[in-house]
Amino acid sequence: MKTDVLVIGAGAAGMAAAIAAAKNGLKVIVAERDEITGGILNQCIHNGFGLHYFREELTGPEYAERFRERLSEYTDAIQVLTDCHVLKLNRDKKALLVSPKGVFELETKVVIYAAGARERPFGSLMIPGDRPSGIFTAGVAQRLMNIDNRKIGNRALIVGSGDIGMIMARRLTLEGTEVVGVVERLPYPGGLLRNVIQCLKDFNIPLYLSSTVVEVRGKERLEEVVVAKVDEQFRPIPGTEKIFKVDTLVLSVGLIPQVEMLDSLVSLDARTRGIACSSTGQSSCEWIFAAGNCTAIFDLVDYVTREGERAGEYASRYVIGERFTRGVPIVPGENVMLTFPNFYSDVDDLTLYVRCRKPMERAVLKVGSFERVFEDLIPSEMIVVKVPRQKLTGLGRIEVTLQEV
Amino acid sequence: MEKIVCVLCPMGCKIKYEAVDGKIVSIEGNRCPRGIAYLEDELKEPKRIVPTSVKVLSGEMPLVSVKTSKPIPKRLIPQFMDLIKKVEVEAPVNVGDVILRNVLDSGADVVATRSVKRISSA
Ligand SMILES: Cc1cc2nc3c(=O)[nH]c(=O)nc-3n(C[C@H](O)[C@H](O)[C@H](O)COP(=O)(O)OP(=O)(O)OC[C@H]3O[C@@H](n4cnc5c(N)ncnc54)[C@H](O)[C@@H]3O)c2cc1C
Repeated sequence: MKTDVLVIGAGAAGMAAAIAAAKNGLKVIVAERDEITGGILNQCIHNGFGLHYFREELTGPEYAERFRERLSEYTDAIQVLTDCHVLKLNRDKKALLVSPKGVFELETKVVIYAAGARERPFGSLMIPGDRPSGIFTAGVAQRLMNIDNRKIGNRALIVGSGDIGMIMARRLTLEGTEVVGVVERLPYPGGLLRNVIQCLKDFNIPLYLSSTVVEVRGKERLEEVVVAKVDEQFRPIPGTEKIFKVDTLVLSVGLIPQVEMLDSLVSLDARTRGIACSSTGQSSCEWIFAAGNCTAIFDLVDYVTREGERAGEYASRYVIGERFTRGVPIVPGENVMLTFPNFYSDVDDLTLYVRCRKPMERAVLKVGSFERVFEDLIPSEMIVVKVPRQKLTGLGRIEVTLQEV
Repeated sequence: MEKIVCVLCPMGCKIKYEAVDGKIVSIEGNRCPRGIAYLEDELKEPKRIVPTSVKVLSGEMPLVSVKTSKPIPKRLIPQFMDLIKKVEVEAPVNVGDVILRNVLDSGADVVATRSVKRISSA
């Protein structure tokens, strides 16, 4: 089989990219290993999606459905293969696809990689103790409850106070699982204040800040979780242990861009741990573009959609014959934890995503000769700014800083 | 001045306000008019949109996700969840279908937030 554009993954990023490429008159194949398109959106039944993009607030499945409908408007140009896993991508632009119908090879002119992220697993936390059942990552728990209609336990403790952890606290409570608390190692909540209120305060769920899990105990099923306070280096403070009698532990300790398939083909960024991209969405391998959570973890699906559209647009222009420079590196400076994209290719204004390193009341963001003041910054809320091209010309390297004022 | 965070959307505006006897005398920081309504409700009767799911019979999935069409009083949430657990709908369901009208007299409907096809009994 042959195509102009192969999109790998049909989450928010992949769907948007496919539509953008179809609009440019190209033939597109979208491969998705799940049975339906939409990616992670399908299991996020809470509201909070689409406010920027659709100017109304939708749930995840509603957001996915809107894009599924748009995709179906391009049936001439876009072929969606669900239940289809892309196993391998080769240097000669040939991909190996696996589906219940068999294994086949597909030749493409360009790839838009939109494989999303995976959750940090329990094993990566190196928590001492037993390995009983009853320990879930938030995404798995969410899938079991929201898609498969399964109750995961009776009394639960949650680790991680990002938005996902807090939303799971509310979800479990509504479904009749008692949530005894949310444990967070940082001295402040990891997610939006809005979720602290509507997911924890509304249901009187305690939030244990500067705390971590130091041991799990249980024979067959989880019985106890030991939590201790931590110091500034996140080291547990002896003597502060507290025992929670729970049968369920839900981990929401971060997402990691899914990049394994491209490991040997493209370079990664050390900070985002995702595929290092230029402002065109292009990776270090000319014909591979990428978008969404496989490049950096985005807070909002609206941003992911825009990045998908951008990658789709530039990838199409690449197929049609345009060539882009890799551009100059964009690097995080003072008080900046990470930035995306990783390079600026001088074709358009720069849409820049920035995560700060610590909470700040007021800070000036500086990017080249561009400056803007932001208020109430927290690391869990990404800053998004459009930096005009003129402010960036002639720079050999773009440093991004946040100075407290 | 008091401070509250509006939860109506992910913007999460930090609203500063002054109220005398439950009446707002000054308000700032809300980026849209919904913030005023939110604050008024919060002082009188806090309300929330409730996203959850209900059982589907003969569907390609066992559940259909739903939400209240507008915020309902927070105090009704436990009662609402008891009610919703007993609800079953026949597939097919389409996104936007009304599952329950004027639930618990709150003025809000329960609407489907995804489509579930009927299982093909071939
Ligand atoms: C629990 C949770 C709650 C969230 N809450 C909100 C919120 O309230 N508001 C908001 O705006 N955003 C929220 N987000 C963020 C937003 O939903 C995501 O950032 C966005 O949907 C990610 O889209 P994506 O396309 O990058 O990845 P995904 O949705 O993960 O899509 C990637 C797709 O690629 C497929 N795939 C991967 N590898 C292959 C392969 N080799 N072959 C074929 N297919 C493959 C996967 O099956 C998947 O469908 C939330 C995210 C999570 C996880």
